[in-house]
Amino acid sequence: MRGGRTVVANMLVIVDYDAGNLMSVRRACQEVGLAAEISADPERIRNAERIIFPGVGAAGSAMRSLRASGAADALTQAFHAGTPMLGICLGLQISLDHSEENDTKTLGIVTGETRRFRLSDPALKVPHMGWNRVRVVRPHPVLDGVGDDEFYFVHAYHPLPARRADVLAESKYEKPFCSALGRANYVATQFHPEKSGRAGLRLLERFGAWEGHA
Amino acid sequence: MLSKRLIACLDVRNGHLAKSVRFVNTKDIGDPVAKAREYYLDGLDELVFYDITASSDNRKIMLDVVEAVAEQVFIPLSVGGGVASVAHATDLRLAGAEKINVNSAAVRRPALVAECADAIGGQNVVLSMDIRRVDTAIAPSGYEIVVNGGRQPTGIDALGWAREGERLGAGELVVNSIDADGTRAGYEVTLTKLLSEAVRVPVVASGGAGAPAHLLEVLTTGKADAALVASMLHYGDHTVSGLKRHLHEGGVKMRMTW
Repeated sequence: MRGGRTVVANMLVIVDYDAGNLMSVRRACQEVGLAAEISADPERIRNAERIIFPGVGAAGSAMRSLRASGAADALTQAFHAGTPMLGICLGLQISLDHSEENDTKTLGIVTGETRRFRLSDPALKVPHMGWNRVRVVRPHPVLDGVGDDEFYFVHAYHPLPARRADVLAESKYEKPFCSALGRANYVATQFHPEKSGRAGLRLLERFGAWEGHA
Repeated sequence: MLSKRLIACLDVRNGHLAKSVRFVNTKDIGDPVAKAREYYLDGLDELVFYDITASSDNRKIMLDVVEAVAEQVFIPLSVGGGVASVAHATDLRLAGAEKINVNSAAVRRPALVAECADAIGGQNVVLSMDIRRVDTAIAPSGYEIVVNGGRQPTGIDALGWAREGERLGAGELVVNSIDADGTRAGYEVTLTKLLSEAVRVPVVASGGAGAPAHLLEVLTTGKADAALVASMLHYGDHTVSGLKRHLHEGGVKMRMTW
């Protein structure tokens, strides 16, 4: 618990916006003992003990929904207040400055942009859908022990952080791309830990125990 | 690089697991939730539930099955069978399905694919195609789409429909050969390769798996991104981990830790 706030210990908020399957994130959290509340309320987000920012769908409609509810500002404020935050898939992508998808200005928590996969091999399918290895390039408590584990991805756009130091892990699809990033109390995965079997559950469990220091 | 996926298909009728041979003579072979959990713990990459309940009155039972599975299985879950509206797709998503399979209803009304893609994201819309071999006078590619559980021919060319499905926004195609379905004599490799090379979305091979070698062939020669199996697993002749090990040893990249 941080400075004098009256919040419930370990209150985990899953940010609700127009981005699909939030229940699967909540169920996976429950499986590892993390009680979570799904909310779009800016006040709940600002007061959360930790935040998961999930999402599938398109960047444009997601940002409209986040701005309309006030959740966009609340997320930025929570980041600056030091709340441990986990972004997932579209959640990761819209934490960057800009997305090529719908030419959308996004939150700007991490410097960089999101671009569509442009692959030269016509046999490679887009979206990048399925299980892939995640090679940790900068050790991080939330990615501890990933090893040879594979995680489930489904995305046509990929993140390009401007600062190399923000890249935590890479995966390969023709070329290496950033599959996990982080800065300070923010960590995010392009893959879906909630759909990645026990390797994904272990990652969520580690996030639940993380104090927010890289 | 991406691993190839092993997908188990569970046909559910009135809340029970069933398996059909050439789409008829379905029989009850157990509890879908228990089977799903068993396969998940043994390393399955993805699950598909197909509602083969004849009546839409029993739709609620399927939602309960999906919800129960989603509570204890943490891999992608795909659901299909009789989906004809965005509202139905959304109900299944809320129950815990990741992907929604559309089939006959999309053939009758192709806009359904685009509507679902807009509502739930194209990557979550799977166009499932039941296909039979025909004379090229009927369909130029030699393959025709059939609907209503494989019973009704449409005159629609399978290759054209696969491309149209991709254009409408489907994120994945299931290529189900009704000639091979239930025979356990192997996938329709030629058909799978034809469609996989024609689209840029992933293709799942379905129908006919009876031996590990069949999976190996369709994932290599057939260029499938995933292989769907049913009776091979349900009757206990093979295990998920055993099939994955066979493919891995045969040089196919598979997820081998779980």
